[in-house]
Amino acid sequence: MVRIGAFLVGLFFAGWLLVSFLMGAVAYVSEPPQPTVEHEFHELPKHVSFSFDGPLGGYDKQQLQRGFQVYKEVCSACHSLKFVAFRDLEALGYNEAEVKAIAKQWAIKAPAVDPATGEASTREPMPADYFPKPFANNVAAAAANNNAIPPDLSLMTKARHHGSAYVYSLLTGYQAQPAALLKEFPDSKTPEGLHYNPYFANLNLAMAPPLTAEGQVTYSDGTKPTVDQMAKDVSAFLTWTAEPKLENRRRAGLATIIFLLIATGLAYMSYQNIWAEKKKAA
Amino acid sequence: MSFPWAEQYTPKNPVMVWIDEKLPLPRLAYNAVGAGYPVPRNLNYFWNFGVLAGLALMIQIITGVVLAMHYGANDLVAFSTVEQTMRDVNAGWLMRYAHANGASFFFIVVYLHIFRGLYFGSYKAPREMVWLLGLVIFLLMMATAFMGYVLPWGQMSYWGAKVITGLFGAIPVVGEPIQTWLLGGFAPGNASLNRFFSLHFLLPFVIAGVIILHIWALHIPGSSNPTGVEVKGPQDTVPFHPYYTAKDGFGAGIFLIAFCTLLFFAPNFLGHPDNYIEANPLSTPAHIVPEWYFWPFYAILRAFTVDFFFVPAKLLGVLAMFASILLLFFLPWLDTSPVRSGKYRPTFNKFFWILILDVLILGYCGGAPAEEPFVMISQVASAYYFAHFLIILPLISRFEKPLPLPGSITEAVLAKYGKTDGATVAVPAE
Repeated sequence: MVRIGAFLVGLFFAGWLLVSFLMGAVAYVSEPPQPTVEHEFHELPKHVSFSFDGPLGGYDKQQLQRGFQVYKEVCSACHSLKFVAFRDLEALGYNEAEVKAIAKQWAIKAPAVDPATGEASTREPMPADYFPKPFANNVAAAAANNNAIPPDLSLMTKARHHGSAYVYSLLTGYQAQPAALLKEFPDSKTPEGLHYNPYFANLNLAMAPPLTAEGQVTYSDGTKPTVDQMAKDVSAFLTWTAEPKLENRRRAGLATIIFLLIATGLAYMSYQNIWAEKKKAA
Repeated sequence: MSFPWAEQYTPKNPVMVWIDEKLPLPRLAYNAVGAGYPVPRNLNYFWNFGVLAGLALMIQIITGVVLAMHYGANDLVAFSTVEQTMRDVNAGWLMRYAHANGASFFFIVVYLHIFRGLYFGSYKAPREMVWLLGLVIFLLMMATAFMGYVLPWGQMSYWGAKVITGLFGAIPVVGEPIQTWLLGGFAPGNASLNRFFSLHFLLPFVIAGVIILHIWALHIPGSSNPTGVEVKGPQDTVPFHPYYTAKDGFGAGIFLIAFCTLLFFAPNFLGHPDNYIEANPLSTPAHIVPEWYFWPFYAILRAFTVDFFFVPAKLLGVLAMFASILLLFFLPWLDTSPVRSGKYRPTFNKFFWILILDVLILGYCGGAPAEEPFVMISQVASAYYFAHFLIILPLISRFEKPLPLPGSITEAVLAKYGKTDGATVAVPAE
């Protein structure tokens, strides 16, 4: 009874799947799916190397400081960094006093309540504060940015495939729309107010090219601030904001694996030892 | 339970004697996973995965309880409390990554455990109940994993919850009320998050309870073995402790090396980047995919693209997806061959490996976007999946001519080590 029922159920599911397959195959052959403009022109991130590549790589603090400077002087005008606090910057090599000064001099003030009137006001940020948001809310953010809300950057490099390389490629990937694209897809001209960038999923991005000229920021460590260098530094900085414990994790991992290799080796030897008699022919 | 020659628990320490008289718990452990449980002497490494699944559950419960101390089950703060755990809690990143990757490793070892059961016929009489309880554990794991994935309240959490509860919405008439009842609203929200958290905390302990039944049911006939020949006497078995505790210790080491390699060096490899974007009901991700361990079932769900008269394709997909798991409950009665082990079943063997390849293909298609050619491939692969269990397997077990079985477990072991005449000359292992 079970087997007859199973046979009928199996016949139904398998049969109907094959019918669906045949109908799909006929449709596929008679009307092959049209390539989309994203299919044809979207590009995977460029290859770029960082100090934290590889299983044991770590952050280059100088680079993180430069990247932070780019964030501070360029990105922070529109993009929040809500999961990072000023105190976290000590991991970049700043001392307590420097962190205090950075917080105090931050261009955007922290929201506060006026103790006299109870009305909303602002105050200078402190090391314990998270980076203040550039816009009061999403409506204000959209209104100031051609209806596109600039995303928070704290986790950006973990929220995209190949995150660090993606951010770098996006920042250096702005270009004129290729002639071949317009020829093949005449309807896909980049709309007014958007910017063509083949590293962005749908190719057209609301953000104007943020890094446009060499020397846009002045590095105090003497590194030449080319667009490429600035893009690389800020990508490294955003990798740190997304994964601040990367170095602790890899150090702990190395110790753990070494311990486990020794422990497993010992476990193997005791296993062999206990079984020695049983694994011989009697 | 088990065999008459099992070693008896004889405590020597007066404290243990005292405890044993009042509450024979040490005796229970001794008989369950100690020297009091005789096990076939010829188990291969595939028999390690039951213990490893238990280890994975323990890792999940320990890391999970710690994470719950720092988690806020509220849609306004869930995402940021998870981030704060990662950043500001001592070793919070370790707990979180261990829990997320631990779920994947739990499924890896359980899939290998199920693979073992399928190939070596562990589901056959007299162990049907062990198999059925194992499937109950598997279903509970799937429910727990799904609800756990919703908790970080990222984009995939939110949209995954929406798609999976939407499956119930495909049921005619009562579907939509059921979906609303499950979610506590018309879309995933705070009510859904709270109940998922509550159930996600509860279910692992239910799993632990069913595991006790699973082991209890196992101890009645005793463990199966790679030859599928039943134990005939004391020469065929060794005590679980120290023989298999030692082997499982080595297995646990290998498991932990693999687990820690991923956990410490590629903790996001098995995750989806979209789950680092906070849930946004107004923005649908380009491709909604579940975690990798659901991919084969997700492929079956999406393989139905054509309505069957008045039955919509979506409902067919839902029925087929549930059927693909439920049919495993009937396996002991679908495969009627008296030979257990696939080693001695030449025809079964060929189809079995096709099934494994088929499930891997389904997994790949389930993770791919719902585009051609993946839909067509999953249609053929799903058809084979159903045909294999419901049509091919019953036919094979009827017509197949199995290879000759070894006379006993001991005979098989001695043949492996090169001696069959029982002479006393010692030959080095391997």
